[in-house]
Amino acid sequence: MTLDARRVEIPGARPETPDYGAPGVVHARRTQGRTVENGSAEEDWTALLIRVRDRQDRAAFAQLYRHFAPRVKAFLMKGGTGEALAEECVQDVMATLWQKAALFDPARASVATWVFTIARNRRIDALRRARPEPEDLDWGPAGDEPDQAEVYEAAQETKRLGEAIARLPDKQRVLIERAYFGELSHTEIAAETGLPLGTIKSRIRLALERLRQQLG
Amino acid sequence: MTIRHHIPDRLLMAYAAGQLPEAFSLVIATHVSVCDVCRAQLAAYEALGGAVVERTEGIAMRDGSLEALMARLDALPPVSKTVARPRGSLPAPLMDYIGGDLDSVKWRPIGMGVRQALLPTDRSATVRLLHIPAGAPVPDHGHRGLEMTMVLRGAFRDQLDRFGPGDVEVADTELHHTPVAEQGEDCICLAATDAPLRFTGMVPRLAQKFLRI
Ligand SMILES: [Zn+2]
Repeated sequence: MTLDARRVEIPGARPETPDYGAPGVVHARRTQGRTVENGSAEEDWTALLIRVRDRQDRAAFAQLYRHFAPRVKAFLMKGGTGEALAEECVQDVMATLWQKAALFDPARASVATWVFTIARNRRIDALRRARPEPEDLDWGPAGDEPDQAEVYEAAQETKRLGEAIARLPDKQRVLIERAYFGELSHTEIAAETGLPLGTIKSRIRLALERLRQQLG
Repeated sequence: MTIRHHIPDRLLMAYAAGQLPEAFSLVIATHVSVCDVCRAQLAAYEALGGAVVERTEGIAMRDGSLEALMARLDALPPVSKTVARPRGSLPAPLMDYIGGDLDSVKWRPIGMGVRQALLPTDRSATVRLLHIPAGAPVPDHGHRGLEMTMVLRGAFRDQLDRFGPGDVEVADTELHHTPVAEQGEDCICLAATDAPLRFTGMVPRLAQKFLRI
C-alpha cells in the first residue's frame, strides 16, 4: 500500500525535549517513529502521548503541554470563558491527558481530537451542564499494538481537515469554528460543512465492522 | 436491529460540539450506543473539533503554569479503566438516567392507556419515556420546537413512515402528525422536546401542568 511507502521511520529524529528528569533513552516502538512527510507533526503528538501512556514520560508530557495548552486556552476563551477560569480548565485538561493516557487509542483518533473532547467536557462541567456519553466499545485488549496504517490515518485526519478548513470561504469557516467554540446554539448549527468528513466516517465504520466481527 | 432513521447531521455536530441540551444529548447517546453509522459520523464531527483546536492560534499560558502542573503529576494517579456502567437490556446512558433497567421505570398514567416517566435532566429541555399500548395512538401534539423520539421497544407509524427499535424520529417544524403504535407489541420510546407539548387530542390541555409537560 502506498501509505507505507511514504513512511520512513527515523528512530533518532525526535524533537529536542527539555530535561524533566525523563529516564534514559527512549526505545523504539513502531508508533514512535517520525515520518518524513512535510508538516506531519500530528504523528509526533501520537508518539509523545504513547510515551506518556507507556512510561509516564514527563519530557513527552511537557512537549504536549507546550503545544496544546495555549491552544486549549484560546479555544476556551474564544467561547467566552474568562482568562482565569480558562487557565484553570487548561490545567485540568492537561492533567486528564496525563492521567487517562492509557485510555487513548491512536487508531481511533488523533491527539488533537482527544484533547478537544477532554476540553469540551471540561467546558460543559464549568457551565454546570451535563452531556451523557454513549456506551464505550470494547475495542480490544489493552496493550494491543494498533494497526500502524490506522494510527497514521487518524493522525493525518487532523492535518487534512485543518487544510480543508483553511480553504473554506471565510463565512463558512467562521461558522464552523464558532460552533465548536460553543458560540452557537444547536438551532444555529448547520451540518453542511463543505469538508471531507466522509473519509473519516468510512474509516471508523470499517473499524467498527471489524470489531463487530471479532465480537460476533 | 436494523436502523433506518438516524440522527440528523446537524444534531450530531451540535452534540459533538457540546451544544445540545442534556435531554437531547441523552437521546443521541442512547442511539449512538446501538448505531455504528451515527457513531462513525459522530467521530468525524469530533475529529473536526480536533482540527479546530489544532488550528486555533494559541494564547500563552501564565508563566510557571507548566512547572506547576509538572509538580503535581506524581499526585495524579493514572486512570486505566473507564467507569463501569450498568448493563442490561437498555443502552448504558439511558440506564444511568433510569437508575436501572426497564423494570425500574416509575410509570405514571397520562390517559388512554399511555404511561410516561420523566427523566431527570436540567430544565433546558425535557426527556421522558413513553409506553403506548399496541395499536393505540401516540399522544398527538403540535411541535413548537425540536422533538426527538427514539423507539426502544415495538414500533410506531405515522402518515409517512415506520419507526422500529433504534429508529429516531426528528420533528422540528410545525407538524401535526398522528403516530400510532403498531399492533402486536406495546411501543416504548424515549422522547425529548424543548417545547412544552401541546396535546390536541386525547390528553386534555388542563392536564399539562400536572404532567410537567
Ligand atoms: Zn444512527
